[in-house]
Amino acid sequence: MHVRNKLGIAALGLGLGLGSLATWQTAFAETPSPLPQHRVPKSSDGDVVVAMCDGETTLEVEGVKDPSTITRDKAQAISDELLLAWRKKNPDARWDAPPPKQQLVAQANPPQPPAPASAPVKKAGETASSGADEAARRASANIQAGHTYGAFSERDEAIWKESTEQAVREGHRVFHDAKAVGGTVAISCDMCHPDASNTHPETYPKYQVQLGRVALLRDMINWCIENPTRGKPLADDDPRMKAMEAYIYAQRKGVKLEYGKH
Amino acid sequence: MRKGVKSIETKHYEERDSFFDGLRRLDRRAFMRIAGLSAGIAAARGLVTPQGFQLISVAEAATPSAKPKFSFAYISDSHLYKKELNDRFVRSLLKAVDDINRLDPQPDFVLYGGDLAQLGQKEELDLGKEILKGLKAPVKMMVGEHDWFLDMGEHWRGLFGEPQYSFDHKGVHFVTLMSVNEKDFWTERKMTPMERMQTVAGLDNGIQSRFEVGPAGREWLKRDLEKLNKNTPLVVFSHSPLYKYYKPWNFWTDDADEVQALLRPFKAVTVIHGHTHQVLSNQIGNIQFHGLLSTAWPWPYAPEGLPSLTVPMNRPDPFSNFDGCGDGRIDVLESGLVDKLYNLWDRNPVTVKSSYLATGGKQDRPPTAKLPPY
Repeated sequence: MHVRNKLGIAALGLGLGLGSLATWQTAFAETPSPLPQHRVPKSSDGDVVVAMCDGETTLEVEGVKDPSTITRDKAQAISDELLLAWRKKNPDARWDAPPPKQQLVAQANPPQPPAPASAPVKKAGETASSGADEAARRASANIQAGHTYGAFSERDEAIWKESTEQAVREGHRVFHDAKAVGGTVAISCDMCHPDASNTHPETYPKYQVQLGRVALLRDMINWCIENPTRGKPLADDDPRMKAMEAYIYAQRKGVKLEYGKH
Repeated sequence: MRKGVKSIETKHYEERDSFFDGLRRLDRRAFMRIAGLSAGIAAARGLVTPQGFQLISVAEAATPSAKPKFSFAYISDSHLYKKELNDRFVRSLLKAVDDINRLDPQPDFVLYGGDLAQLGQKEELDLGKEILKGLKAPVKMMVGEHDWFLDMGEHWRGLFGEPQYSFDHKGVHFVTLMSVNEKDFWTERKMTPMERMQTVAGLDNGIQSRFEVGPAGREWLKRDLEKLNKNTPLVVFSHSPLYKYYKPWNFWTDDADEVQALLRPFKAVTVIHGHTHQVLSNQIGNIQFHGLLSTAWPWPYAPEGLPSLTVPMNRPDPFSNFDGCGDGRIDVLESGLVDKLYNLWDRNPVTVKSSYLATGGKQDRPPTAKLPPY
């Protein structure tokens, strides 16, 4: 019980986005390699110990035995203290402080781009749409770096893209293979949905009249597996289900999300 | 249910069929009398006249060029697997055969629109032939890519003969084309016959080539049409649409323009095609095009290229095995053009009339779908 409580507090997360990114590859592997664990020392008095997501820093909360009694303000104080400890240990790391309040207010009226009609139209050479100015501006920009989302390179981006495409390709395979999807009558998804057409993932969740309840895309995938292809429904976290969702969503890039649409 | 007792549904359909068949045989004056009477009854009950578009079609049948000269029926795209593997597609084809056999009067013949088999296997084609033997009317066979690319048509030809042929029936010249030839994509990739077949069977498989009648087929067509008077009504059967609708799914014939050029000199030309599994209508110049329903499954409308004259069918309900599928009938009119009836299972039938296409959609528009495609 004690251990579970401790984990519960750690799972509050407290918004410290310092964790490493799990890639799609990891998420989709059938036998994922064990993730690194943060071994937390026990308090001699039985106090609650909070662990930080850097895998090293911990904090014993003096006099608190039951983590559920910690208020939000107290939790914020714990979080601040942990972060302070981390920044002392990592004086060179650049940590973005949360934006001041007035900036948030300003988002209500975001700056508008200039009207395209006012720009002179050039037929050839360097034009506004070729983005030369924008590229030059970006190259000389003073960009924040030093944390996960400030430190990635083009190579990282290429890896992310490839990992994503791998998930989509796996979905394409399952979608086009009656056996892989577990069907028993040789019917595969693409036979009625070429290029995942007419799967309209952007309309879920919605009330599915024929089911008499609200359905998600995966409910409909499972419905098709059970009925037209006469297979067994997949678990929500079945790698094939995830892959098919990845493929189906990838085919609808740019389509407006309209949950509930009929 | 007790033997000899008809269900309410059966009785309803029998009454309905005989009512409309009777109407078709009426002359104009008798029709007006009946129409007035039924409208009166409907008004008295506070109802609108059911099947309004069919009543209108009978009123027009009084003009000679729009009178049906004869009818033929069609079944298409059954995509049979071996019956031990998949019984559903088998039951669908049996249902279609029952539908056609129930037609009274019987059609002059039945067009089978291609894709009898799913993977071109001997057992699949043999099973299809066995089931089609149950039809009372004679059958005219057309080949589809699913029948062909396992053994390049060897078994199909053994069962049904050459895929490209013509015949004359009651003054109309019929041509059946082999329009699903593909340029060799398999030798270079060292594919087995089954790999080749499965590639072609994937509608969204971009590795395969585009369909074509091909130079030899076009030459044959040219010679076949040479001897004909240009006033002879012409009806052409092709598995793929003989125009360019959507290339990625081979809703497409690559040499469609060349084939259309051969058909253009004729006064009344209709192309009936399979492959697209949906209500599909088009007119290009003097040529009218009609698609066929599948008995196995409906295809979604392609994301682009849908002919503007097509009134899309309502969305198929995935919860019904049969919705969006069906068979149908083609009435050849005195004018030589055809009215096309889509017998959608579990739905009201939809008729696309030649006058609708000929007037560019101004007359006789078929009923609109309630929900558009996504």
